[in-house]
Amino acid sequence: MTDQTAHSHDDAVDEDRRNFIHIATGAVAFGGAACFAIAAVDQWNPAADTRAASALDVDISKVPLGSEIRVLIGGKPFFIRHRTPAEIAAAEAVNVSTLRDPETDDERLRPMQDGKLNRAILITSGACTHLGCVPVGPAQGNVGEYGGWYCPCHGSQYDTSGRIRKGPAPTNLPIPNYTYVSDSVVNISL
Amino acid sequence: MSGHESSYTPNTGFEKWLDKRLPIIRFANDTAITFPTPKNLNYWYTFGGILAVCLVVQILTGVILAMHYEPNVNGAFASVERIMRDVPFGWLLRYIHSNGASMFFFAVYIHMFRGLYYGSYKAPREVLWILGCVIFLLMIATAFLGYMLPWGQMSYHGANVITSLFGAIPLIGESLQTWILGGPSIGNQTLQRFFSLHYLLPFMIAAVVILHVWALHVPGNNNPTGVEVQDVEKDTVPFHPYYTVKDAFAIVLYLMLFAAFVFYAPNALGHADQAIEANPLVTPAHIVPEWYMLPFYAILRAITFDLGPIPAKLLGVIFMFAAIAILFVLPWLDTSKVKSMRYRPVARQFFFGFVVVCLLLGWCGAKAPDAAVIPALQGDKILVVSYTENGQEATSEYKGGGEAYLDAKRFMASLPEDASPSLAAVAPPTFQFAQLSLILTICYFGYFFMLFFIGLTEKTKELPESINKSVLKRHKASTATAVPAE
Repeated sequence: MTDQTAHSHDDAVDEDRRNFIHIATGAVAFGGAACFAIAAVDQWNPAADTRAASALDVDISKVPLGSEIRVLIGGKPFFIRHRTPAEIAAAEAVNVSTLRDPETDDERLRPMQDGKLNRAILITSGACTHLGCVPVGPAQGNVGEYGGWYCPCHGSQYDTSGRIRKGPAPTNLPIPNYTYVSDSVVNISL
Repeated sequence: MSGHESSYTPNTGFEKWLDKRLPIIRFANDTAITFPTPKNLNYWYTFGGILAVCLVVQILTGVILAMHYEPNVNGAFASVERIMRDVPFGWLLRYIHSNGASMFFFAVYIHMFRGLYYGSYKAPREVLWILGCVIFLLMIATAFLGYMLPWGQMSYHGANVITSLFGAIPLIGESLQTWILGGPSIGNQTLQRFFSLHYLLPFMIAAVVILHVWALHVPGNNNPTGVEVQDVEKDTVPFHPYYTVKDAFAIVLYLMLFAAFVFYAPNALGHADQAIEANPLVTPAHIVPEWYMLPFYAILRAITFDLGPIPAKLLGVIFMFAAIAILFVLPWLDTSKVKSMRYRPVARQFFFGFVVVCLLLGWCGAKAPDAAVIPALQGDKILVVSYTENGQEATSEYKGGGEAYLDAKRFMASLPEDASPSLAAVAPPTFQFAQLSLILTICYFGYFFMLFFIGLTEKTKELPESINKSVLKRHKASTATAVPAE
């Protein structure tokens, strides 16, 4: 009997069956780990309340001429600037082909409800495209060499259309998604 | 070395009983008491022990601080102030923790330079070296995460600069950055996850330290000659009491330096902007990381040009990470068979040059990139009148004092009305920190590539036959001439 048991034990080792069990067990463990990883990774993405707080209505009639207001939407800064006619003229006079990130001033504005451009109001992101510092502007008494904004961190200079003119920043200050709700109110969203 | 035979004999009945079940006393005995250690280790070799003390100090004070800290954007800054003012001995614990980070990095840099000088990264210690690099990376991550917790101005905007680096990565950059921040910008959710990870990572460091010590105990210590132990009897002494005492003495000296900072200059290494609560709308005029990150910060900012399709920003990030990554492959970059710089006359000069380059990079990181390296060489500012002429931009420059101003004003008045002239004082071009940083960055990477070529051609000095012979020879030389050895 003992002899036969040992013998049958050798015979009973079916490599295919063992491999199947190993692979199946490993697959279940891996699948479980992968499922948990999805939850563990995705929980770092913006939560529903964070996403909900990503738009704001702003009254632009209160922005003083030649200056700006700064608003935070979802913790991100935005500039709303009331440009003087000289600043608008300076922004439009630039030869676009000489720019690092070529954009005309008109391309950086969004139409009002009647389809016309409100050239006096410029709305841009308030984060320098270099490393995210908040540039200083007319309210801080330094508009840089090109009359727009100056980033004190690494010396990027923006013009009165928020376009990069000098310094390490690669692109213009981005224009956020915004629409004119009325002549004096804009809705800015991330 | 792991090969050495265990000399532990359990004496009491309890020790015998325990030794059969968990030979922990045997392990401690073989690791920290009888472990054969080269007898020529100098004081540069005490920094491993000092670093172990630093880690324990940071974990102890950190765990206590976490009992009083509030990881919330509304309460973080105030809770740190409460620790400083109201919690009994809170000021002491926090100053130990904040200065402890600096002391930790100071010791680790000496420890790393020691490894570079004596060739401790070479076979058979590559894994030991790589584990050390992993610890260094974890330390940088931990320090960065911890710096955000006080929620000061430099916390917020420093973290903003560093997390936006991830945004420079093509394609996935922006979503990766959003994922790290947990929202469109740094907010409460970011502070909470940073706090959680800041608590976790030191224990991961401790785990890698265990691997680091394990990897040290397999080949045994390197030593200033770089010659391996040949005769355990002649070349080594037991770790205890020889190196326990030497390490303890060095640790006491280091703790005196530590205490001098904590009690006499607790904020000397900090930044004044950290005393202002974080405000997303006001960026400090000059964002600088803590001193121990400055060389890497300088490398990040040194790249201001695009290279083909790679924009300057991404290139800076690549170079900054490469500055650490290159350490991981150093064992295979250095081609010399001789470990210690004592016997490598050419490479030795380059090593000291490398130390100077690292220090100068730190200096560059602390300065504004467009500032003049030598202000005395930069002349007076030039007045520049910018105006438009026939739709084209034009400028006119005026040098000199008050007269130049009057000339410029007169010229502006003479222009037609549609020229819209503006006047600006511009600093004349000079040698700036951005340019110095670029030169130093090239030197930093150049050192590692030079090691490759020097190793192939260098004529090294004669190595001592053994550690024992080298010690005896140096001893004789010093007694004969009464001049202390190197």
